[in-house]
Amino acid sequence: MKPEELISMMEKARADSSAFEHEIRVCTESGCMSLQSDTLLKALGDEVKTRGMTDKICVKGVGCMGLCCNGPLVQADTAMYQFAKPEHASAIVQGLSTQPVAELLCNTQQPFFTRQKLVVRENSGHVDPESLVDCIAHGAYQALLKALTTMTPHQVIQEISDSGLRGRGGAGFPTGLKWATVSKAGGSDKYVICNGDEGDPGAFMDRSVMEGDPHRVLEGMAIAAYAVGAENGVIYVRAEYPLAVKRLTKAINLARRHELIGHNIFGTKFSFNVELRLGAGAFVCGEETALIASVEGKRGVPRPRPPYPANSGLFGCPTLINNVETYANVAPIINKGAAWFAQIGTEKSKGTKIFALTGTVKNCGLIEVAMGMPLREIIYDIAGGVPNGKAFKAVQTGGPSGGCIPAELLDITVDYESLAKAGSIMGSGGMIVMDETSNMVDVARFFMEFCMTESCGKCVPCRVGTYEMHQLLNRICEKRGTPEDLQLLKDLCGMVKQTSLCGLGQSAPNPVLSTLRYFEHEYLDLVNQTQAAHADQSPAATGEHIELEVLP
Amino acid sequence: MRPATSTVESLTLQIDGKDISCRSGETILQVARDNNIDIPTLCFLEGLTVWGGCRLCMVEIAGSPKLHAACATTCAEGMVVSTASPRLKEYRKMIVEMLFAERNHVCAVCVSNGHCELQNMAVKLEIDHVRFPYRFPHLEVDNSHDAMRLDQNRCILCVRCVRVCGEIEGAHTKDVKGRGVLAAIIHDLDQPWGESETCTACGKCVNVCPTGALTHRGTAVGEMTKKAQFLPYLTLMREAKS
Amino acid sequence: MTSSTTRPTVATVWLDGCSGCHMSLMDLDERLITLAGLVDILHSPVVDPKEFPQSVDLTLVEGAVSSEEDLHKARTIRAHSKYVIAMGDCAVTGNVPAMRNYWDRSELFDRAYVENAQEPASPEERKALLPLVVVPPLRPHATPLHEVIKVDVFLPGCPPPADAIWFVLTELLAGRVPNAMSVSRFGK
Repeated sequence: MKPEELISMMEKARADSSAFEHEIRVCTESGCMSLQSDTLLKALGDEVKTRGMTDKICVKGVGCMGLCCNGPLVQADTAMYQFAKPEHASAIVQGLSTQPVAELLCNTQQPFFTRQKLVVRENSGHVDPESLVDCIAHGAYQALLKALTTMTPHQVIQEISDSGLRGRGGAGFPTGLKWATVSKAGGSDKYVICNGDEGDPGAFMDRSVMEGDPHRVLEGMAIAAYAVGAENGVIYVRAEYPLAVKRLTKAINLARRHELIGHNIFGTKFSFNVELRLGAGAFVCGEETALIASVEGKRGVPRPRPPYPANSGLFGCPTLINNVETYANVAPIINKGAAWFAQIGTEKSKGTKIFALTGTVKNCGLIEVAMGMPLREIIYDIAGGVPNGKAFKAVQTGGPSGGCIPAELLDITVDYESLAKAGSIMGSGGMIVMDETSNMVDVARFFMEFCMTESCGKCVPCRVGTYEMHQLLNRICEKRGTPEDLQLLKDLCGMVKQTSLCGLGQSAPNPVLSTLRYFEHEYLDLVNQTQAAHADQSPAATGEHIELEVLP
Repeated sequence: MRPATSTVESLTLQIDGKDISCRSGETILQVARDNNIDIPTLCFLEGLTVWGGCRLCMVEIAGSPKLHAACATTCAEGMVVSTASPRLKEYRKMIVEMLFAERNHVCAVCVSNGHCELQNMAVKLEIDHVRFPYRFPHLEVDNSHDAMRLDQNRCILCVRCVRVCGEIEGAHTKDVKGRGVLAAIIHDLDQPWGESETCTACGKCVNVCPTGALTHRGTAVGEMTKKAQFLPYLTLMREAKS
Repeated sequence: MTSSTTRPTVATVWLDGCSGCHMSLMDLDERLITLAGLVDILHSPVVDPKEFPQSVDLTLVEGAVSSEEDLHKARTIRAHSKYVIAMGDCAVTGNVPAMRNYWDRSELFDRAYVENAQEPASPEERKALLPLVVVPPLRPHATPLHEVIKVDVFLPGCPPPADAIWFVLTELLAGRVPNAMSVSRFGK
């Protein structure tokens, strides 16, 4: 595709869509799809056809609109509908020309919508992810065009560095610095990899980006490849995200067909090819060296670093690995400039962050907010607080690698530094809210069980340490734990954190450490109950008795 | 196998208070051992690629908040390394105790009793009991091969056998299946060893195995001794050839 | 056996083990006479008393904790002893008695009392063959002593050599906590 073709394609698409009088958009991401939004989409299309209004009303499937717990969500002109079902199709279409359907209306003036700042998700809910034309109408590939035709690779890297963008996968490493390292690495073959192996319990930010706006990810990767001097890219997606896989595959095929990826893009010397690789369901493959091993066709286990992938990664070549959300931030930065991006967020954490709100909050779903927003505002205003008259207890950020933040720290701001200071991490963006009925020892046990089953087994501290910590947490939860067990648990946390090979093991003790930090009394209560139970009875009768019924 | 760099520099560093000079590219473990400083290891074996799995060789480097695996960390000019702080000793003890708790290392009835690197490590680290609850898993013994035996009960997953089979013998009969504590050594596509079509019966895996997991058949308690000396010899000869 | 108030008292106990550790104790040979001159042995399988004494200074425990009776004994020992010494691999690690832990008890019972002893039996006959009354019930797992009570000194070995037992005893009697790994190891 030539530059002018992209422009004319965009203009034509925009003209085509403005020819419609009305537009109905239905969320067709995994959450709403599981509530039959695909049937609803078809019913709406049929209804429009029956009324002979296909030239007046545009009906399309789009990406996530955020308030997943009230899905399926539908946007019909200015009205947003929630809990929409196929049987509402007729009323929704009718409502376009009369009054909106009152009983389905979703208030878009509530803080959930008004307090957000959309950068990555600006087109989610607006574009049809399966239509390249629609994406281009909304500005897709403009940033790539700008980068390839008006900027040198060095300028692109400088722009990303100046923007202050940091990795959205968890650790928050400065993205520009990473790109510069790969750019400087020698060797003719280089790779860019997109890490779409999102696996934390309660996290679905990356899935939404891939399902709702896949071209934005491709564009970000292409710009990154241009900047670091790579010609090949790999998107690694877990196979448990079939819809993301389908949409990415389609996006790659369409982009390839229109020569937005491939040889001599926009008539420049830059060529870029992308392949999709599916993960077989291992959490550890989110770790970059394990991911690389998996792409190479080997067992997905991490290896010691250095060498870092930036110097020796996929097939021994310099490799840039970024998370989905990181790549999705690239196009807006190139389009609007580093200065624009850098004015969003805090001094050290620039831009926005997507969070997946789950647990005991009124509004579950996806939000994108400027970095530096107080946690209290997210929980109480955006998420609507804890339902059923219960009191807020803690919020787990960063999934199994993160930690819990208790009520007394709700006024901290959400950015890399303050979350780390509170003993948690930003992580990829999961936020699991717990109310007063949650037992924090049980929460720690849940996450430890996750780490135990996801440990790859390569290094001893993670392989056996997570197992033993889980055993000890079981004992404590079941009121069989002693003060010695609690001490051993603490000792194990330190050892596993310090000696494990990769991030999975190094961060596995975090949920225990943070619950110990803020809720140690809950551990002590359970341990003391064990003591009390033992004191009440003769030594021989303190549980652990054989159950004769188990014998045949 | 040292990288063949044209510019081999000389470096100086300090390990446990001792001033030492070495060549660039050498790992802390190599340099420490060359200078009679003992850093314990179980998965490391001279002649095989570095694995970094047992985590016994973790050392402290001044100025770094993290611990570093000596087998996988190359020396740098002016580095100050500490290999035996009380914290490191405690971590090593815990790691070896966890290995004992993970599977069924019943030394008294093991063919490698008295010639076992895990058992010797317990003595070296003064482990007189295991603080962690034992798992007592039910594990298989693969007796299907004519000459050799794989006893999963004794395996510590150091994967020396997997590496020697792939890297030295070139057969890649052995690999690992499963995750976490359920990971296990397998042959080919998880077939009985005796039915493997790729195994050349060279016996290298038996000789590099640190415990009684891989043994020759027909050995009784305490009779199995390993001879891993072939490995440095083989790699040396290959390096000379290439 | 009479006890003077000044001499340390010693007990030895045999839980789920093969008695090998006690044999090794007997292998102290003439040092047994020296020992008899130093301490009062209040309780031991070789003495065969039924009740554990009220108060003992050093108790050497052989064997894993395998049955409910073992557990009861272990707790009694702990309550009445100043120092508890886990003697030998069974007490320290579970060792051979713990090799039954890889199976369910029902599988074990079937193997031991039905398959290996009897022609195929009906479910009723089978139940009658299993030793479910009078004998102490088996616990789900045979475990090391320190998983049920606090242990003060660990002496591994299968069995620990007589010299190692002598070393541990004499060190303790001299008021020092011995490092048993200097004289023994797992499986020795």
